[in-house]
Amino acid sequence: MAKELLKGNQAFAEAAIRAGVEAFYGYPITPSTEFLEHMARRLPSLGRAFVQAESEVAAINMVYGAACTGKRVMTASSSPGISLMMEGISYIAGTEVPAVIVNVMRGGPGLGNIAPSQGDYYQMVKGGGHGDYFPIVLAPASVQEAIDYISLAFDLAEKYRSIVHVIVDGNMGQMMEPAELPPMREIPKEVPDWAVSGAKGREPNILTSIYIEPEDEEVTNLRLLKRWKEIEKNEVLFKEYLLDDAEILVIGFGTAGRVASSAIHNAREEGIKAGLLRPITLAPFPQQRLIELTKQVKRILVVEMNSGMMLDDIMRIVQGKIPVEFYGRMGGVTPLPDEILDELRRVAVNKEPAAEDPRDEWISHLEQMILGEK
Amino acid sequence: MVSTITEVVYQRPEAFRDVQTHYCPGCTHGTAHRLVAEVIDEMGLREKAIGVAPVGCSVFAYNYFNMDFVEAAHGRAPAMATGIKRVLPDNTVFTYQGDGDLASIGIAEIMHAAIRGEKITVIFINNAIYGMTGGQMAPTTLLGMKTTSSPFGRDVELAGYPVRMAEILSTLDGSSYIVRRSLHNAANIRKSKKAIRLAFEAQERGLGFSLVELLSSCPTNWKLSPQDALDFIADKMIPIFPLGDYKVSPTLASLKV
Repeated sequence: MAKELLKGNQAFAEAAIRAGVEAFYGYPITPSTEFLEHMARRLPSLGRAFVQAESEVAAINMVYGAACTGKRVMTASSSPGISLMMEGISYIAGTEVPAVIVNVMRGGPGLGNIAPSQGDYYQMVKGGGHGDYFPIVLAPASVQEAIDYISLAFDLAEKYRSIVHVIVDGNMGQMMEPAELPPMREIPKEVPDWAVSGAKGREPNILTSIYIEPEDEEVTNLRLLKRWKEIEKNEVLFKEYLLDDAEILVIGFGTAGRVASSAIHNAREEGIKAGLLRPITLAPFPQQRLIELTKQVKRILVVEMNSGMMLDDIMRIVQGKIPVEFYGRMGGVTPLPDEILDELRRVAVNKEPAAEDPRDEWISHLEQMILGEK
Repeated sequence: MVSTITEVVYQRPEAFRDVQTHYCPGCTHGTAHRLVAEVIDEMGLREKAIGVAPVGCSVFAYNYFNMDFVEAAHGRAPAMATGIKRVLPDNTVFTYQGDGDLASIGIAEIMHAAIRGEKITVIFINNAIYGMTGGQMAPTTLLGMKTTSSPFGRDVELAGYPVRMAEILSTLDGSSYIVRRSLHNAANIRKSKKAIRLAFEAQERGLGFSLVELLSSCPTNWKLSPQDALDFIADKMIPIFPLGDYKVSPTLASLKV
């Protein structure tokens, strides 16, 4: 297949269709709505299930139901909608059934706005719903990557009977760029042995998240944790850019990582030896690679479109061994390459030891920048 | 000449498991469960049935039914059933829900399942109280009825009026069969069974959403003896929740079961 000019949300939805999604249940919300619209146009003619639910709460519980049948099922939403889905997400995790959830993130908290943000990092990466569980989180940075990783998301979800979040920001949902869609995959015919399908010629299957005896719940928690350790061992994904001789390590995911790579390209022309680590899996985080890199580089600059959420994970891994600095934009603001280039110029000459909280300097700098000389 | 009776006239349905009940003495959940199991046996649906259990006293309904089952979040059973039925349209999908589950936290999900005309069957147990959490007021609690969260009796000013779900759902075009029955005596139990049969027939015939509301007793939380609790249904509940056929699709009306 050849490259086409594709709009993010539509391309992601089409990628899911070609990956064999058999049901989509969702609710309109900007900036993810084109995802649902594409599904509404395409799925019925393919004989697959589509329901515009009465709410995100209902949508995720429809996903939960279909996930229990072992069919490929997904939903897509945007930050406030994902908050509403957290109930069902926790039940899906507790029942150990596979589901793919796309979050096209927007500015928050609350109603916030419809501009691109990465402010759901904690909610997505740390779980968000109640109880002990560990979602896999993929963070593509281009329309092509999102197409590729939505396909991977289904495979991972089924391999580990896990929730897989694919998180992009509104930029990627709304942007058009050249990308290539995969061929249509065959929908698997066989029903997983754990799924509900009618107890014909076998004992009934019961799918539940209840373990009324605490000892039984603990066994389940342990199973989920051990499964997560397997995922950590096998499924870490990241991309690197100009890291071979880098002295400054820039870490950013999704759009922030992509903007940072432009800044790094320009910084290199000024002789600043910067390179990029862009995690694809935010969970499991590329922890080992980061530990290796801390032995090579002198300083780290974390770039995010939030208040420094991944920053906390990076600080935990780096353990103060080298200074970590932070640059973020919040509220639906996307940083420009020149802003990050300015940061790289500053970081390149900074000899200060590691700050206790890298946000402090950034906060005063950001205040000056956005509030001006008042 | 001595004749031997060899015909079995009464036995546990195949769709029902041989387990001890966890329901309180005098509770009608067991009766409702058994009626559903008998109907599923009679219609030969067991091997394609998928039940959706609620949150409430019947959260462990799947321990009694010998068929595939899933366990929904509180109130979300109709959404979960929708998700299942849309990908497995040839299976028989039903929910079993109490009044807190269906008429309070899950009122959006039940309304929209009916609005869409989902081809699912709902068994709705109305005992006018939250049983599992220990006797709190439900949307169906009668005016003046004392519960742990309406300790001086349900007060209109504070908590409004009991909701009549069968009547509301019968106004929706997506509904094919909506009736209210009672489990307070043998005659009504027989009528309840026939209604459950027709509700499943509606699904098998692809007619749309079907629901049987069953007035049920909760002796423990009503603080009545089992017999007094059954009398309470007849004397106090039926006047507020009249028994009757609120919506019957013409196809079902002519059906002999």
